[in-house]
Amino acid sequence: MFKLLRQSPLSARIGMGIVIVNALVAVFAPLIAPYGETSVVGDVWESFSTQFYLGTDHLGRDLFTRMVYGGRNTIVLAFITTAISFLLGSFLGFISAVKKGWTDQLLSRAVDIIMAFPTLIFALMILSVLGSSIPTLIFTIAILDSTRVYRLSRAVAMDIEVMEFVEAARLRGEGLWWLIRHEILPNALPPLIAEFGLRFCFVFLFIASLSFLGLGLQPPLADWGGMVRENSGAITFGIFIPLIPAGAIAVLTVGVNMIVDWFLHLSSGLHE
Amino acid sequence: MNNLLEIKNLYIEAHYDEKWQPIVHNISLDLKRGEVLGLIGESGAGKSTIGLAAMGYARQGCRLASGSINLDGKQLFGASKQDLRRIRGSKISYVAQSAAASFNPAHRVIKQYAEAPVHHGVMSQNEAEKEAVEIYRRLFLPDPEKIGFRYPHELSGGQLQRAMVAMAMSCHPDIIVFDEPTTALDVTTQIEVLAAVKEITEKMNKAALYITHDLAVVAQVAHRIMVLRNGRLVEVNETRELIKNPKEKYTRELLNVRSLREDKTIMDKMDVILEIKDVAATYTGYVNVLEDIDLTVRKGRTVALVGESGSGKSTLAKVITGLLPAVKGSIRFLGKELSPQLKDRQKQDLRKMQMIYQMPDTALNPKQTVRKVIGRPLEFYFGIRGQKAEDRIRELLVDIELDPDHYIGRLTTELSGGEKQRICIARALAAEPELIICDEVTSALDQLVAEGILDLLQELQNKTNMSYLFITHDLATVKAIADNIVIMLQGKIVEQGEKKDILAPPHHEYTDKLLASVPEMDPDWLDNLLEKRASIFI
Repeated sequence: MFKLLRQSPLSARIGMGIVIVNALVAVFAPLIAPYGETSVVGDVWESFSTQFYLGTDHLGRDLFTRMVYGGRNTIVLAFITTAISFLLGSFLGFISAVKKGWTDQLLSRAVDIIMAFPTLIFALMILSVLGSSIPTLIFTIAILDSTRVYRLSRAVAMDIEVMEFVEAARLRGEGLWWLIRHEILPNALPPLIAEFGLRFCFVFLFIASLSFLGLGLQPPLADWGGMVRENSGAITFGIFIPLIPAGAIAVLTVGVNMIVDWFLHLSSGLHE
Repeated sequence: MNNLLEIKNLYIEAHYDEKWQPIVHNISLDLKRGEVLGLIGESGAGKSTIGLAAMGYARQGCRLASGSINLDGKQLFGASKQDLRRIRGSKISYVAQSAAASFNPAHRVIKQYAEAPVHHGVMSQNEAEKEAVEIYRRLFLPDPEKIGFRYPHELSGGQLQRAMVAMAMSCHPDIIVFDEPTTALDVTTQIEVLAAVKEITEKMNKAALYITHDLAVVAQVAHRIMVLRNGRLVEVNETRELIKNPKEKYTRELLNVRSLREDKTIMDKMDVILEIKDVAATYTGYVNVLEDIDLTVRKGRTVALVGESGSGKSTLAKVITGLLPAVKGSIRFLGKELSPQLKDRQKQDLRKMQMIYQMPDTALNPKQTVRKVIGRPLEFYFGIRGQKAEDRIRELLVDIELDPDHYIGRLTTELSGGEKQRICIARALAAEPELIICDEVTSALDQLVAEGILDLLQELQNKTNMSYLFITHDLATVKAIADNIVIMLQGKIVEQGEKKDILAPPHHEYTDKLLASVPEMDPDWLDNLLEKRASIFI
């Protein structure tokens, strides 16, 4: 593992640095932030100062504090959502690949139907009907996203399923759980982990865009997408405050992708 | 006569473990016009690497370290890429092992033939196509005027391999490197390709390097044979001389592999373990791929199931194990009728019938250790866990002649092909089976390694009195291990009986063809056979 890290390219190291900084900020948010998440502490759209490192937002809240908490909210939310979508998607995908027949047909067609709708519109529809609470948000995005994971894990598992060691396990009389847990999962892991990073980015962006449209995390909770929307008016006055959360989204996305690229490179067995 | 190709003190290095390490040591060879030099050895012997080096090429991760490669007065060692490109294909060409994988499936065969001569400016497209037909004819391809206009998938494996030989000829090279051109083929198609190779080298006066692991094959085409092992020269001599008096121990071992073993004493009465009656099976539901299969396996005996690829032998194994349910007939195992479906069978029945596969690489989970692979059947069938399981795994490793301390904790990917196959055997043994179905278990292995596996299986049979159903296309294996032989052709059994009856004439017509096609360690064998067949056709 350490050897692998030592051989990692510069881009992956930068990516890892970005992700680690973000994760630390998310974990220690209350210790880092100088003010409360929702407390109004100054004037509207104040400029940078020693008191307010990044200035203040449209209600006079400290932008640095909002950035720290916003990062925490968005990253944790995106992580939980991605984890759920992976558990769900890959489990169903593996079952389809192993069971085949009508189980596979049923699951795959259901996934096709969900995928036939543009994700954003589907999510908007569900969230506006059910209302935007955090659990609804998590499950809506997780289920919509799990369709992609299902596709991938089914395809990967299909490739593994035809291997003779799986046939040998079947002939031994092993059950479904053993086949999935011991024969298929360990071999399907590398592409799934790479996909996890990529999906995390998409979920993260998806939450940000939902928040921008007003259906994501609800105010006064801070999140980066919502902060862009809240402060978007500032841009007309030549104040670049909305660019700060937007930039943060971009940097984290790029960082995660740098790691994913490296990982994909490793797991696909491509070498220079 | 001048040497066409001269390689002197060649060292080739490969990059692994973060440094350059030699894989070919101090090899020198020379080749005259009209001469065929056979390179023989097991995998890892460096034969392909040397073959490619003759073209001034080193595979990715390898480099030509030192020495000299002189092709018709031109030094290839250190030559520029442009120079090499001009030479390759036009002066020296290459025939790869798997023709099916080497053709572009999207273009017609003849177009691919013409590509090199047009590129090298030797001739125009039309001229090339005209000449292709001529060469196809000389290589005994059926319907030479039209065959080139088919796509690769419309040709059989043997035909493709010959089309590839033709392609190598397209620029009239002086030397052709044949890299295991018949290894992937059935014995009967192998003959066609060998005849084509012989035609080219003798009648067209070309020089060739013929790379193979099969001494009997190379004996048919080569004038001289070079035996290699681990990148070093073992022995080089004239073919007849080498076969008559091999000097080195290793060469003798290679020669001995094919010698026939004595028959086991056959007892009259033995329990029937597996009895298959009138079985038929289908993949599509319309066409039966197996029909009228009757087969009996007795206790402690080995039944060999022989046929070419596509004859349905592996399908029969699937039917017996229940992976492909039989649509008709009955399978009785240990006196009990087995359900055709795998999922309706009882655990104890599954335990008593184990399977060993052709490709040990895919038959073992790459993420599991030897301990887990062998331990799982113990736990699954007998509930043995913990220290007891550990002891039993060690016992089994000793049985398959692997050192337990050394192997028990290793991942399956850290083993060689032969070791993997032994682990597969141990996994089957752990279930304490009555019958093991061996599906081409030695065909992916080198000759001597395969020999070791066969010996092991024989020994285990003597010890435990298991029965084997041995699926193979290799008649040499059959001669070595079988008590009974079943010969299959196109999903049907054409002949079956005890080994001595099947191998002794009179044969069924197909059995005869199959038996006659196995190369013998006699340099005149191919010529005699071709003469004989020609006289029949006239």
